[in-house]
Amino acid sequence: MKPLRIEKMSIRFGAVTILPEVSFEVAPGECFGLVGESGSGKSTVLRCASMLLGTWSGDAKVGDRSVREMDLMERCRTLQMVFQDPYGSLHPRHSVRTTLSEPLKIHRLGDTEERLAQAMRDVGLPVEFLDRYPHQLSGGQRQRVAIARALILEPEVLLLDEPTSALDVSVQAEILNLLVRLREEKGFTCVMVSHDLAVIDHMCDRFAVMKAGDIVEVLPREAILDGSARHPYAQELIAASLAYEGAA
Amino acid sequence: MTSDPILDVQGLSLRYPGAAEPAVRGVSFTLGRERLGIVGESGSGKSTVGRAIMKLLPDAEMSAERMRFEGVDLLRASEAQMLKLRGARMSMILQDPKYSLNPIRRCGDQVAEAYRTHVRCSKRAAHDKAVAMLAAVQIRDPERVYGLYPHEVSGGMGQRIMIAMMLLTDPDLVIADEPTSALDVTVRLQVLKILDDLVKERGIGLIMISHDLNLVRNFCDRVLIMYAGRVVETLDARDLDRATHPYTRGLLAAQPRIGGPRAPLPVLQRDPSWTMEAPA
Repeated sequence: MKPLRIEKMSIRFGAVTILPEVSFEVAPGECFGLVGESGSGKSTVLRCASMLLGTWSGDAKVGDRSVREMDLMERCRTLQMVFQDPYGSLHPRHSVRTTLSEPLKIHRLGDTEERLAQAMRDVGLPVEFLDRYPHQLSGGQRQRVAIARALILEPEVLLLDEPTSALDVSVQAEILNLLVRLREEKGFTCVMVSHDLAVIDHMCDRFAVMKAGDIVEVLPREAILDGSARHPYAQELIAASLAYEGAA
Repeated sequence: MTSDPILDVQGLSLRYPGAAEPAVRGVSFTLGRERLGIVGESGSGKSTVGRAIMKLLPDAEMSAERMRFEGVDLLRASEAQMLKLRGARMSMILQDPKYSLNPIRRCGDQVAEAYRTHVRCSKRAAHDKAVAMLAAVQIRDPERVYGLYPHEVSGGMGQRIMIAMMLLTDPDLVIADEPTSALDVTVRLQVLKILDDLVKERGIGLIMISHDLNLVRNFCDRVLIMYAGRVVETLDARDLDRATHPYTRGLLAAQPRIGGPRAPLPVLQRDPSWTMEAPA
């Protein structure tokens, strides 16, 4: 397990500064949360760290190695991402088998059949589903395939961009349980973006509150209930979430 | 709540063209001057019920024993009659203002148009009415917002503009289809509060369609829980925790809670008999 360090990450699109300067650290094997309103730059942090966006300054390090030094192959084996929308993130004309075996082929990993079967078992899908296409799966099953695809290269760091917000609560529960179990079994470091504090509270020990591209405060999980948040926006967010849950 | 129902639906069933199974089967409920929540998972038919009431699904096969809205028989109503009802006496708030507002027209003009469609008045009067309504949904500086295009307003503001548009004609029935699921939690409460205040103040019957149990718990009086096109349980919102149907209980348990025990979340075990049961 390796730590992830984001150092002075900063990005602009034209005249608009999306992230002025973001730094945080995630301990090895930790699940770290990022919360904030839409447009606060949560997803951008993940897209920069995974080099889906390349025009940023600063650094992101997995262990001692910067993501900028890694070539594409190494980067893919180090960092993987699960996206919000399971409808949009799987190729509609590729079967599950094709989707999952592609990375194995590219990275020249052997025992393809065994690895595919294991990946399906890991995410709790029947092995026969390998020959299905995305449209033959439910939203929850698709998100399981997306998780299997991300984990098949056994990455050190898993980036989760709102992995359950497109799903029903009943399905969300299954996916959250799956992520908790896989993290225990495989021990990857994890960053999870969510707008739902209840989900963050369930998954993460620490989380950062973002507003307008800045991390305004990094809080431990306990701070949601004990009221130790200092920054006014963090307090507002927590109060709104509690009021919404009817738990206040 | 008055004894005279605004809306009375009995045995509503609906099937989309080409679909093997009906999307809605035998749904019955009445609505007074109250806030009724319809919850269920995606595909449970909750939005279809809302659209069927507005008769927005002309291609679907629809049948019902009774579907009356304030003395109008919706089953027999002609399209001309429906055009007079929709937007004037019954209106619908949709999920995402980004897709529901016309991107190339000023927000205020769209609100004023909703009024001019149903009430004969001068442009000036409609403009004033729209500005007043924008102020009523707590938009600061409504004159400025009147002139903005939809891409220039935030999601929360856009949704308030939609609410203004739908409440401007003083409807008796408002159907809100996931009105806040595109909004951030901090904004969501404000928008719901505004909608809630207006609905109470004007005595509007509200149907809130949502997948979110917390939302209906806080903002509705009564809740229908739908599963596979059927109403499986009807409850007072404050009794939601005392739900008896295993589906409702499963949905409640599957929700992670702040300060929860972090044990694996109970996963819903679906029982095929739920689709057979007669609605309670």
